[in-house]
Amino acid sequence: MKHLKVKSLEVTSVLEILGNALIDNGLIVAFTVVGITMFLSYFLSDKLTKGRIHGSAIAIALGLVLAYIGGVVTGGEKGLSDIGIFAGIGLMGGGMLRDFAIVATAFGANFSEIKKAGVNGVVSLFLGVILSFVVGVVIALAFGYTDAVSLTTIGAGTATYIVGPVTGTALGASSEVITLSIAAGLVKSILTMIGTPFIAKYIGLNNPRTAMVYGGLMGTTSGVAGGLAATDPKLVPYGAVTATFYTGLGCLLAPSVLFLMTKAVFG
Amino acid sequence: MVIYGVALLSFCLLSGVFLGDFLGTILGIDANVGGVGIAMLMLILLVEYLKKKDKLNNQTQEGLSFWSAMYIPIVIAMSAQQNVVAALDGGPLALTAGVAAVFISWAFVPLLSRGGNVNETLESEIPGGDQRVRNIR
Repeated sequence: MKHLKVKSLEVTSVLEILGNALIDNGLIVAFTVVGITMFLSYFLSDKLTKGRIHGSAIAIALGLVLAYIGGVVTGGEKGLSDIGIFAGIGLMGGGMLRDFAIVATAFGANFSEIKKAGVNGVVSLFLGVILSFVVGVVIALAFGYTDAVSLTTIGAGTATYIVGPVTGTALGASSEVITLSIAAGLVKSILTMIGTPFIAKYIGLNNPRTAMVYGGLMGTTSGVAGGLAATDPKLVPYGAVTATFYTGLGCLLAPSVLFLMTKAVFG
Repeated sequence: MVIYGVALLSFCLLSGVFLGDFLGTILGIDANVGGVGIAMLMLILLVEYLKKKDKLNNQTQEGLSFWSAMYIPIVIAMSAQQNVVAALDGGPLALTAGVAAVFISWAFVPLLSRGGNVNETLESEIPGGDQRVRNIR
């Protein structure tokens, strides 16, 4: 009887069973996918670059490639997680578990190091937000935007892709400008993620103090933490501890002081 | 027990998120102001306190270090769900602004980290107390 049953199963129904099993266990699929991605990345890192490019940097880049494929295939906004069987990626890489894991990296961090970088850390935060904001405004100006609201929104987005939409919504910017601001922040985040291991040795990024300054200047939490993880995982908590304040500070400064200043200059 | 470590971590995150939202409301912005950062500071202080009190055994630490080790995999999952297509379609403006901001910020890193006493030795590993609290990463 059993044999007969197996024979009567069509290929399509087998695929259906498999598909359902994967959809019903989304988070578990995500663990598998990420595990395979990391395995491949560390293999490539070892064989192709002789370990010069850290495996995690390759893995993050591969993740972005997967996100691009997902975006092209589905036309959606959430990368790979828009594809049904990979929806669990959205949960695994979503805000809840991300914040949980970021906080966990603080385990083992040394508080005296954080105190040492205190003043520099705070200065780097303010300078980081203002610096990125000004760069964004100048570039937006060069691309033909002249009104204070659009300039401020794009400047804020250049800080991080969260500050951009928050500021744009607060000021009533157009949706096109808000999308641009998110894109600018995303480029910054991705470049920080991928570029950090390469630039690290040129800017002395090999100790907790510099990592905190780095977190404050760059600000993009995912970019800083991802980039530092690929440089030296021990530095992640120091960079992340300042970077997590950056978005808050940006949300605070951009729609208020920075907008008023932009308005005063450009009307 | 492992769950004690996980619960400690959860407690810190929840408190941080609450305080961050609270701060946001006080300041009149619809955003979480530094919630994750507050949670990290709380965890560092709590771990240091528990270490001193000798109340942080190895299993509790495992609950913490597991999630700490899951950080990179989670970042990879996060990058796999970014709207990369939009970022590339966002036009040269977004690309130029993002790239310029990163390079200019990089240039400022050595300037800011130079101040103070750079030559002191920084601990690369942090062993702690009798229970050998240290990071597995």
